[in-house]
Amino acid sequence: MVEKTFTIIDESGIHARPATTIVQAASPFAAAVNLEYNGKSVNLKSIMGVMSLGIPKDATIKITAEGADEGEALAAIEEAVKGAGLAE
Amino acid sequence: MMAQSLKGIGASAGIAIAKAYRLEEPELVVEKCVIDSIEAEVQRFDAALKQSSSELEQIKEHAFKELGEDKAAIFAAHLLVLSDPELINPIKYNIKSEQVNAEFALDEVANMFIGMFEAMDNEYMKERAADIRDVTKRVLAHLLGVTIPNPSMISEEVIIIAADLTPSDTAQLNRHYVKGFTTDIGGRTSHSAIMARSLEIPAVVGTKTVTAEIENGVLVILDGLTGTVIVDPSADMVKEYEAKKATYEAQKAEWAKLVNEPTVSKDGQHVELVANIGTPEDIKGVLENGGEGVGLYRTEFLYMGRTQLPTEEEQFDAYKTVLERMEGKPVVVRTLDIGGDKELPYLDLPKEMNPFLGFRAIRLCLEMQDMFRTQLRALLRASTFGNLKIMFPMIATLGEFRQAKAILLEEKAKLKAEGIAVSETIEIGIMVEIPSTAVMADIFAKEVDFFSIGTNDLIQYTMAADRMNERVSYLYQPYNPAILRLVKMVIDAAHKEGKWAGMCGEMAGDEVAIPILLGLGLDEFSMSASSILQARSQLLNLSKAEMSSIIEQVLNMTTAEEVERLIKEIEVKEVLV
Repeated sequence: MVEKTFTIIDESGIHARPATTIVQAASPFAAAVNLEYNGKSVNLKSIMGVMSLGIPKDATIKITAEGADEGEALAAIEEAVKGAGLAE
Repeated sequence: MMAQSLKGIGASAGIAIAKAYRLEEPELVVEKCVIDSIEAEVQRFDAALKQSSSELEQIKEHAFKELGEDKAAIFAAHLLVLSDPELINPIKYNIKSEQVNAEFALDEVANMFIGMFEAMDNEYMKERAADIRDVTKRVLAHLLGVTIPNPSMISEEVIIIAADLTPSDTAQLNRHYVKGFTTDIGGRTSHSAIMARSLEIPAVVGTKTVTAEIENGVLVILDGLTGTVIVDPSADMVKEYEAKKATYEAQKAEWAKLVNEPTVSKDGQHVELVANIGTPEDIKGVLENGGEGVGLYRTEFLYMGRTQLPTEEEQFDAYKTVLERMEGKPVVVRTLDIGGDKELPYLDLPKEMNPFLGFRAIRLCLEMQDMFRTQLRALLRASTFGNLKIMFPMIATLGEFRQAKAILLEEKAKLKAEGIAVSETIEIGIMVEIPSTAVMADIFAKEVDFFSIGTNDLIQYTMAADRMNERVSYLYQPYNPAILRLVKMVIDAAHKEGKWAGMCGEMAGDEVAIPILLGLGLDEFSMSASSILQARSQLLNLSKAEMSSIIEQVLNMTTAEEVERLIKEIEVKEVLV
């Protein structure tokens, strides 16, 4: 399993638009990808799961990937998170 | 039938006159039944998902063309809901394990998610429930073989009447034919309202009864400026609104030309037109409306709607964002003004008999100094990112100002000792909203860098009339010569010491007050961003010298009504010349 931690810098937190971007990035991979925030973990391929956490600015989130293509999955997600301006 | 008038929330400005077109959502009745073939049921569900996503792709494209990339993005999210494993897998699982029909399984799982989002204590997240409902309804309609209305097919000029408009409904509206819409539910921040503003069509939402009161084909007048819907108007009313519509549209076109223009009176005198803001997000509106700066940043919003005080970092980020986005234009930040009608539950302050006369604003900050110092540090650290001015609210005595300023300077010295850069040109001023301060303005002017007159409170304290109490609301009289005399004292006192005076209450954007304030020599007018262009257009047609010449007459009038009459007469004459 691989994992990475991010601090959210977007003023509005993870709202619909960046959530769409990161779910789209995660979806093509076979690896199980999860997003952890505030003690809760959701499937990162689920837009509703990600949105349901209501992640605000300054939140620390952990993304984990497990499976054959876990490394690529995590790299693609990291790129999407940064590209969407969610974290630096 | 007599014309009937309904009241709602004006969600998008403008006036429309057209026939009613009822956009009715089909009733989708879900029954639970046992199925014969699990495989066939799953296939049926997959087919409905597929049809729904190809429709959504089309809507997304339409939105992209009509509304731009920004608004089309929501449909990318909707498409993801259709492929969301947390939605699809449980539905399929239920079909298989319980041998239930796809409609029932979908309805059950979707409702669980809708309920979850509706229960969140965040307005933005609550609105997301509407997104899930919109998407799953489409799938359900396909499963049930019910056609959902397609507003993109409308080909005559209409005003849409609906219980609510889903994002997909709104995105399909063709603005050549759809002149406006009105709904039973919704508020200024709901999806349909936001879409209406980007389509630039008038909308009145939250009328509660519009679908009950309006039949298909009836003539309707929609006034998005006042939030009024008139059903079956008389010919005279139609004429009246057609004139109002023409005036509004001409004005809007005229105002739009003024976005990048300086605010100069007819006789060449510049005044500053700036905006009141509550959060960094408001900056967009300030810039779009040609604001020359921020005249009042109400920092209390940083402290409200949460369970603990905001940290120095959080505040620093907000102040820095505002200063940077204003690109060197002046930003007047008011330090925390809490108490009175604005409570902070986590401070656990005791209830007071007269909160407006009680422990609030600077009084509270001078007592709760840790909180105050945190805010001042955040402001001082942000000061190097733009043109910051700091003002203290509710100053009643010079002692209070001196104490607040001393604390500010202490924090500044500490920061500098820590090696942190602080701007050396921060102006320090006060709000003038207590009569004692207005009366002593000449003394204050020697020590402050500027005054900003807060008229909402100044009027309530001068007239001794609680502005929350409707029974004494007639005493809220901005044109009362008593108020105008106080305003004059403040402006004159500032100018005598070479300082500037601004105003940041409702009065600064008031059509009748503006000519008087110009005549009194007010330097800075701060108002809600949406009033700026209108005020600029008015000021361009006023002569400061002429307005100064009537001040003596105005200040010697006996009542507010008399003042109002005089100004209106002068304005009519100005237009006629």
